This record gives sequence, structure tokens and C-alpha cells, in this order.
Amino acid sequence: MAYIAGAYEHPTRDAGDKTLAQLQIESALGALADAGLSKSDVDGFFCGPDAPGTGPLSIADYMNLDLRHVDTTNTSGSSYVLHVAHAAQAIAAGKCNVALITLAGRPRADGRRKGAIVRNDSPAQPDYQWEQPFGMQILNMYGMTAMRHRALYGTTSEQLAWIRVAASEHAKHNELAMIRKPVTVEEVVQSPLVADPLRRLDCCITSDGGGAVIVTRPEIAKSLAMGRFRPCVRVKGSGERPQHQQGGYFEITESGAVVSGRTAFAEARVRPADIKYVSLYDSFTITVLIQLEDLGFCAKGQGGRFVMDGNLISGIGKLPFNTDGGGLCNNHPGARGGMTKIIEAVRQVRGEAHPAVQVPNCDLALVNAIGGQLGVRHASGTLILERE
Amino acid sequence: MTGRIPSDPQPTAETQPFWDAAREGRFLVKRCRACTKAHWYPRTHCPFCASADTEWTEASGGGTIYSYSVMRRAEPVYVMAYVTLDEGPTMMTNLVDCDPDALAVGARVRIVYKPSTGGFAMPMFSPVPEVRS
Ligand SMILES: [Zn+2]
Repeated sequence: MAYIAGAYEHPTRDAGDKTLAQLQIESALGALADAGLSKSDVDGFFCGPDAPGTGPLSIADYMNLDLRHVDTTNTSGSSYVLHVAHAAQAIAAGKCNVALITLAGRPRADGRRKGAIVRNDSPAQPDYQWEQPFGMQILNMYGMTAMRHRALYGTTSEQLAWIRVAASEHAKHNELAMIRKPVTVEEVVQSPLVADPLRRLDCCITSDGGGAVIVTRPEIAKSLAMGRFRPCVRVKGSGERPQHQQGGYFEITESGAVVSGRTAFAEARVRPADIKYVSLYDSFTITVLIQLEDLGFCAKGQGGRFVMDGNLISGIGKLPFNTDGGGLCNNHPGARGGMTKIIEAVRQVRGEAHPAVQVPNCDLALVNAIGGQLGVRHASGTLILERE
Repeated sequence: MTGRIPSDPQPTAETQPFWDAAREGRFLVKRCRACTKAHWYPRTHCPFCASADTEWTEASGGGTIYSYSVMRRAEPVYVMAYVTLDEGPTMMTNLVDCDPDALAVGARVRIVYKPSTGGFAMPMFSPVPEVRS
């Protein structure tokens, strides 16, 4: 089993003149410094399509990394969660000792504000002609997912709003959060409809920045942690699951988290009730609700009831989530939310989260991300992290 | 009110028969001769049993709303939807000629063709008025 020895969230939310390559190396060096390692220790490099150039090549060249293992698995926003699992596998197989995983994005500086994310769909995709002409967008795919969940289970806008409220109650403690002002359920349900039944405040922010994590061998992680008088963060279980339209017979209210979660829990030999904190990729409020159900924190259809009355707020509820404010309020660099979810989970397991939101005795945390789009094609990645 | 005009689908050799038939007002669904199951979207190899023995069959054009979402800020406003066809599979489409505030998951719809920017006949759906007995 491998360990996460370093984690770093880039402090910027608007990159200005900083290039993607600069954001990549600043994030990488931040994570290495957090681990107590240097660039020359890195022998494995994992990145997503946010890294400019052919796969890992341009950024490896820019940073002048001396590598013997690379992985550019791309499942959009969940890529980085899968990278942690793949890094652990590569380390176990002896393919590398110190794996660097990076993310950087600058959609704001590039003028691509929320709702204007450039998509890379090509007519060579077999699905293209059956979807793109009809105006398929990220927004309406999640909108349809929320609409069907409402029709099947009676989930209300007020229930979804509680997810935003919880995120905002956490973000108010985070000096770097893009939106720090707490909101009420009433404010969320009175915000304008954008894609029925989702409203403006059901949607995440878009920000510039990045992040990086370091995954390494047990003996290296333990000696580094000992030198810094802090606990180790062990990758205790992982799972991944691409999910799609299955030939036209599908249920959009059920995500790949059913399988990725089951796989991770089985590997970690723990149950949902053992988890003290969850980081869930909150592209929209509905994404959080569906992950909670599919990971087994409540029964299918009960997510609306589960999130009500502050149940996700640290210090108040049973299952604190996204204590940094998440993608709804804090940070969503490059519209890829997996990385920041890992980083906040590492803080929680180490006991290094903001004191106002630190979960007491947080010995077991779960990270889940849905990359791509609920409602059509996505990949879910799950990690279970343990304090040691 | 004029609706949103869909972009062109960019057919391939694998799908040209669908778009040719649509021009004539015929709605084709691919069905597998080996396992008899209909699938969406149409492809050469059956997504269930992988047989290449698939055929175009004319579908009824009836279905029910699986889900939908109204794009409130788009100009013009349009309705994204999944419709479950009476033949079994669910397809992505738009709901048109309808009041966006009067739609419901499970409601009956019927196929209607709307032209794309380049003149393709795009399969869309509109609500069927309820028949009172
Ligand atoms: Zn078949």
C-alpha cells in the first residue's frame, strides 16, 4: 500500500499572467516541499489533459523531471483520484518510488467564465451526431439527472440547497475561498433557474489555480512523517468505474460511484459508517447527493433527507463534507474538481484542516469524484484514506 | 416563437441510412437479429451481444419523457430531454412545440422532425395531448 506524503493547493484563484506551466511547477514544488522531498526525488509523473503538450512530455521537459514511469489517464475531473490509485499500483509493482500528480488550470484568465467551458467534442466520437446537435451541455446533463431524481424520489430544491449551505458554512473559514459569504436555503432556492431544476447557486464556481500530491512507498512516507512529527496518510482502498449509456438502457440517477465505492470499501475492509469525513466532487449540488447515496451513506432516494438540517456541516452534522468550501465555494481549478478533494481529505486525516472545520479524530476519510458528466458518460473514482 | 435550430449531425457511413430515412419522415431504430434487442444510438455491432447482424427497423415514434431540463438562459430557451422509445431504448433529444412549464417525467410524447442549420431532419418530440375517456 502506498501513502500520500505531500499535498498542496495553489493559493491563486485568478492566475493573471501566470502560464499553465508555471502553475504546474508551482503546484508540484508546493507538494514536494510539503512532503519534505525535492524535484530530483520524483521518478513517476501523473498528469491530466490540463497539462499542455503531448501527454506528460512537455511538462516533464519544462520541469526537467528524471522519470521512469508516466500515466496520463484522462477521466476529466476525476483523473487525479484515479492517478492516486494508479500511482499506488505502480509503486507496489516497483515501477516508481515517488509519484508526482499535478493539476493546473486558468479558465478565468483565459476568459472562459462559468458556462463557457470549451469542450473538445469531435465528430469522430460515435455519440457526437446523436447529442451535440440538440444542445447538450454540462448544465443540462446534470439538470436532467436532478429532474429525474426529483421525479423518482421527490427530492426538493430545498434539500439540494442544504448542500450549498454546508459548503458555504465551511468556506467562510477559508481565507482563500472564492466565495466566503454564507448563504441560506432561501437564498439558494431563490437564485435564478439555469437548467431546471438546477439554480445558479446549485452550480460550482470556476477558478484558476492548481494543486499537486505526492504518492510514495511506505518506508519513505514513514520516515518523512517522522521527521515532521505528523501522521502518515495511507491509501487504504481505491476503486474506479466508467459509466455510460449502456446501449440506451440506463439509469442516470445512479453513478459509477456504486461500483467504485464498493471496490474501495472492499479493499479497505471498512464500511460507510466508519468514515469520519468525505470529500465529494461538487460540480453541482445534485452530484454530491448522488455520490452520498451511491457510496452507501444513505439508501438510494434518501439523499435529500440525508443532507438536510446541516448534516454535512462540520461540528453540526453526522458526515462533514468539503470542509474547504469545495468547488461550490472555494476552488475549482480548470473545472476539474478531483485534485482539491484529495488535498482537503489529506488535511483532515493529518489534523491540519482549519480548526473551525477540523473533524475530531479523523482517522478515516473518503474521496470521491465524478469526472465527465452525470447523465451521459462519466468515470467515478474513490479513495479511502487512513491516518497511521 | 422560433425554437433553437439544431446544428448538423455530421452522419457517417455507419449512420447515413438513419438520416436518409428521417428526410422521408421515417424513424429508424437499430435492432439486433441475433438477440432481438433494440439499441440507441444506432451502430453496426450490437452493444449487448456484439453481433454484426443488426438491422434498421421502423419505430413507432411514440415514447415517454425519461427526463428533461429547460435551458432558461439560452436564447431562445430550449428543452433538453431523454425520451424512452416504445421499442425500449432511451435517446437524447429536444422537446419542442410545448410549454416548458407543463412538462413531466413519464408523459407521453410523439416524434416530430425539425430542420437543422443544414437541412437535416432532426428527431425531436412533442407532448401528446391527453385523451379523456
Ligand atoms: Zn445482440
